[in-house]
Amino acid sequence: MIQFLRPIGVLLWKDILLEIRSRDLIVSLLVFGLVVVVVFNFALNSTPKLVTAVTPGILWVAFAFAGVLAMNRAFVREKEEGGLDGLLLSPISRDSIFLGKAAASFIFMLIVEAVLLPIFAGLLNFSPASLALLLTIVLATLGFAVVGTLFSAISVQTRSREILLPVLFFPVILPVLVGAVESTKQALGGETLVGLDHWLPLLGAFDALFLVICPWIFSIVVEE
Amino acid sequence: MVAPSSGLGPFPIETPTSSEAIVVRGLEKSFGEWPVLWNLDLTVGWGEMVVLFGANGVGKTTLLRIISTQSKPDAGTVQVAGFNPRRNSLAIRRRVGVVAHQTFLYEDLTCRENLIHYSRLFGLEDPRKRADAALSTLGLADRADSRVRTLSNGMQRRLSIARAILHSPQILILDEPVAGLDRESTASLRSLLKGWTDAGLSVIMTTHDLDLGLSWAHRAAVLSRGRIRFPASDEYMDGAQVRRMVASALEPGS
Repeated sequence: MIQFLRPIGVLLWKDILLEIRSRDLIVSLLVFGLVVVVVFNFALNSTPKLVTAVTPGILWVAFAFAGVLAMNRAFVREKEEGGLDGLLLSPISRDSIFLGKAAASFIFMLIVEAVLLPIFAGLLNFSPASLALLLTIVLATLGFAVVGTLFSAISVQTRSREILLPVLFFPVILPVLVGAVESTKQALGGETLVGLDHWLPLLGAFDALFLVICPWIFSIVVEE
Repeated sequence: MVAPSSGLGPFPIETPTSSEAIVVRGLEKSFGEWPVLWNLDLTVGWGEMVVLFGANGVGKTTLLRIISTQSKPDAGTVQVAGFNPRRNSLAIRRRVGVVAHQTFLYEDLTCRENLIHYSRLFGLEDPRKRADAALSTLGLADRADSRVRTLSNGMQRRLSIARAILHSPQILILDEPVAGLDRESTASLRSLLKGWTDAGLSVIMTTHDLDLGLSWAHRAAVLSRGRIRFPASDEYMDGAQVRRMVASALEPGS
């Protein structure tokens, strides 16, 4: 097990170090997310009824599009100067490479969401201190990062990757996004974890499915 | 570059156990309907340095990518250090070091951080010590904390060689390793590779520099029309016939 987890940690640390050095990814995601929330804040009057109705959608539009920006970058660094070939020549499994990259995307998205959520909550007048809401965000982000990492690996091989990634990615991730929006709507409506007995297990099931299928497809995608 | 003995040397964790370093039989590889390699045979023994010549696009890099497990053949068998890439690709990757056209380095990391990263991926003990030894071997100790993007192309090439020897591989696979190196660095690379083959380990490399390749090689081979052609075994490496054969293979369209 340690043999399997060690390279995941090595890849994760390398991506964190690269992001600390360049700061290009997290800054661009934060700016994008802030623009979305500020625009919607001016466009809508945040009455309690309206907040419950539209906030989940606004929240996930911001998270999803920021996530696509993150996914566009996930394998670009690996492609530059052949970093991906360097990884493929290392004595580690393709699964470890995939999960290391997905873990980095997951953490970067969570950092951005952790910054954006209190700002959303302040501007749209809702409380972010809900275990149901936080668990929804973590589960949906995990699914998003895993599927997004796979499609990033596929699209980085093409010249039109910025266009190709969302076209391929959103139809596949749609069930996770629908689950995330519905679960967020219920959490903001005051439901506890027990009240979310449909959507949270569904998000968990999607995550489990993607965590099995995506590394396997990745190992086929990177073979020449 | 300093002498190889001052840092990492050819000290693989395991002594080679197979009878030959690389054995390729009946290899075929096409890209779409474009055949690149067909019915190709190649043997590289332990302690041997084989230099591969050929014009652009004849499949030298493809052959090296297949040997290093980066690419799969359409047909034929490949054995590297006694292992079959289809079944034991991880075992092969532990035993080969690759220098390719790209450096496999991250430009925003320092030289030392890049090598520590690869040391950890290879599961080496004391990654920092290993990285510093490799940097010392390639004469980059004073640039250990410089980001890769601040290095010249030649220095990045040397760092790429440091990355390839980091795990003391049994077989070095070098795709035009002298491109971008100055004369001093090229001479030091030669001494490094000589140390490798003197220790009974193997090197296969490509180059377009005919004189350099023939002077470094134990055996020269020419890749032309999808196949390997070795000069007759009783000929001297610097014989006129060998030169003509190699030179003709370097002609475009060969």
